Amino acid sequence: MTDTTASNADDPMADQGTLKQRLAKAERRNKLRAYGLVLPLFIFSAIFFFFPIGLMMFNSIDNPLVANAVPKTVEALKTQWDSRKDTLPPEEVYATFGKEFHDLDRLTQSRMARRMNFENAGLLTLVRRTGSRLNALGKETEGGLDAITDWKTTLIEVDGRWGDAEVWATMRNIGDPITGNYYLNALDLRRDKHGEITTVDENRSIYIDVAVRTFWISGLVTFFCILLGYPVSFLLANLPMRYSNLLMILVLLPFWTSLLVRTTAWIVVLQDQGVLNDVLIFLHLIPDRVQLIYNRFGVIVSMTHILLPFMILPIYSVMKNINPSHVRAARSLGATQWTAFWRVYFPQSVPGIGAGGLLVFILALGYYITPALVGGPTDQMTSYFIADHTERSLNWGLASALGGILLASVLAIYLLYNRFVGIDNMKLG
Amino acid sequence: MKTLTTTSIAAAAIAAIGMAAPAQADITVVSWGGAYTKSQVEAYHKPFTKTTGIKILSEDYNGGIAKIKAQVETKNVTWDVVDMEPQDVQRACEEGLLEKIDASVLPAAPDGTAATKDFVDGALHECAVATIVWSTIYAYDKTKFKGNEPKTVADFFNVKKFPGKRGMRKTPEVNLEWALIADGVPGADVYKVLATKEGQDRAFKKLDTIKGDVVWWEAGAQPPQLLADGQVAMTTAYNGRIFNAIASEKKPFEIVWDHQIWSIDMWGIVKGSKNMKEAMEFVKFSTGTKALADQASWISYGPARKSSFPMVGKFHDGSVDMKPHMPTAPDNFKNSIKIGTAFWSTYKDELSERFTSWLAK
Repeated sequence: MTDTTASNADDPMADQGTLKQRLAKAERRNKLRAYGLVLPLFIFSAIFFFFPIGLMMFNSIDNPLVANAVPKTVEALKTQWDSRKDTLPPEEVYATFGKEFHDLDRLTQSRMARRMNFENAGLLTLVRRTGSRLNALGKETEGGLDAITDWKTTLIEVDGRWGDAEVWATMRNIGDPITGNYYLNALDLRRDKHGEITTVDENRSIYIDVAVRTFWISGLVTFFCILLGYPVSFLLANLPMRYSNLLMILVLLPFWTSLLVRTTAWIVVLQDQGVLNDVLIFLHLIPDRVQLIYNRFGVIVSMTHILLPFMILPIYSVMKNINPSHVRAARSLGATQWTAFWRVYFPQSVPGIGAGGLLVFILALGYYITPALVGGPTDQMTSYFIADHTERSLNWGLASALGGILLASVLAIYLLYNRFVGIDNMKLG
Repeated sequence: MKTLTTTSIAAAAIAAIGMAAPAQADITVVSWGGAYTKSQVEAYHKPFTKTTGIKILSEDYNGGIAKIKAQVETKNVTWDVVDMEPQDVQRACEEGLLEKIDASVLPAAPDGTAATKDFVDGALHECAVATIVWSTIYAYDKTKFKGNEPKTVADFFNVKKFPGKRGMRKTPEVNLEWALIADGVPGADVYKVLATKEGQDRAFKKLDTIKGDVVWWEAGAQPPQLLADGQVAMTTAYNGRIFNAIASEKKPFEIVWDHQIWSIDMWGIVKGSKNMKEAMEFVKFSTGTKALADQASWISYGPARKSSFPMVGKFHDGSVDMKPHMPTAPDNFKNSIKIGTAFWSTYKDELSERFTSWLAK
């Protein structure tokens, strides 16, 4: 301690390096402090955002069940059977499966049945029945299951569907611990018995339709938000403070109201015996009550209303920064009011429209509650099916794959936007 | 000293949270809400708490095993006893989501008949005990069909002769059976036909004919509300809900019993329940002869115990004799169909998937 003090006294520069180094050191300290401030947020995001999303993405390809339950059978199916020849697997495969499957506990058998059923609805019972029949056979047959010599006949006797190559192909197709099958299903595709990718039965294909519908609804909502939001923002930005503040409160009040309350309010307004129908009937504008809810109309109206503030606020903040003297200059140079607006004012407000549009479109893509409450069965968007597979059919892999696709499309939109408009041009305030 | 302070602060905080919660319950009993849950609260929960001091928190759900599965698999079991449909009991039991219930510990009938002999057929399962016999019927608003009342399941599917929106439960069960019956399949053959691809196509084709007129419901409390609001002219519903709307709220509804599809509801105990002992006490109490008979005075569902039948009397306000309103009353039961428990535990996934796709198109 004393040493350093002494040497410092002699030559203050000695062990503190050059000015550049000292500056760098001070800089580093500042940087560390800055990092320290964002660290809590970073940890929070890592634990509660990135980790669950990563887990979800992993869920969509994670497929350990069949691979762990009957590894030898899966191996045998891959090496000893050529499904292209349109024959059934050889006796060894049947024997391996019979013994391996019988040794599983009932719970694993049941889970395997459910997993097979996701791939090919109807296999649930086949696999379950086989479990209990094999158990009974093991007790009835003298010498237990080891005494069975002809497994092929035995299994086909237990259930005729073991004589269907398709069933074995399904087991092989989902036998890998990591699978892309959930993504195939999420795109209305599946693997056939030769392992080739084909489209699913028309009765069951929905996800492409639903994805198109999700984009279409989001696009329409964005369009209507721009249509309604732009004039409002213009008023907000150009009225005298006194009026614009009042107007601003009218925009913000619904924004601060709970999503659920606003959606329910629309149900009150739009239902058959609701306010709007009552008014229209009272004014003799319509002869009979019209269906305004539980259809596409209801979804578009309520989603547009709910997302409108996300359009108005960015456009407003951009407009607020447009220098009014530009328009005045244009007018003084002889431009008509319309030309001055269209050629001078509007181009400057486009970054606001871009920001609002992107915000509204992306938020709309993931909407769930509003379409679920005011839409009919044909108005449900991707999120509805994610919830359905999480809560009802318990096909968490497919739910994750649908979520993964939704996430990827949001990122794709962002990248496209960045490529063609430039994210730097986006102004949120 | 410091630890002491920390502990007492923690204790105070926990106490505060405890007080903020609506009621500190000992067990959570989950059922289907509305008039049905009310009947259980009056006939089971209140007398049970009075006798044993065990408090009950009542929660609502709309059936299915997904929530139970999620709780068991994440080892965060918050439900103790759940009111379930038999096909769900079957599936949940096979997947190890329910505790085993030994029927021999259930209370005997007042005349000493053992519980195992006293329950109706199918009411005892290795994982569950039945409480009621209920039925899906359809009901209509009398004011909308004066002089032209619908009488059969086929009439429900006939929107030309009986115009107006239809309410239907958003599941394949019952809807597919009735679609076939409306299409001319005899009640006895319904499940045989529905097990074939052609039969399924036929049922969906019949449903197509009214698809545009259907308002779908999920919770049992919705159909009487849809009828009352005039959102639908007729709707499928659980018979007890419609009965209660007529009996307590004097609604102008009429039940059509043609080809009613009856089933039972059962108590299952969620695997890994933290209050296993209390939950079992509750199941024993609520499946006793008296509790089951009492419930029938709050809603028109038949008790699952034979010894409860003769004790069924009037509606709780003394206005109506309950017997003719039970699904099992001879007039109502004539061409009834028992829900295909085995059929649905086999085909549920397959047909649900198709039903969801069909709905979304």
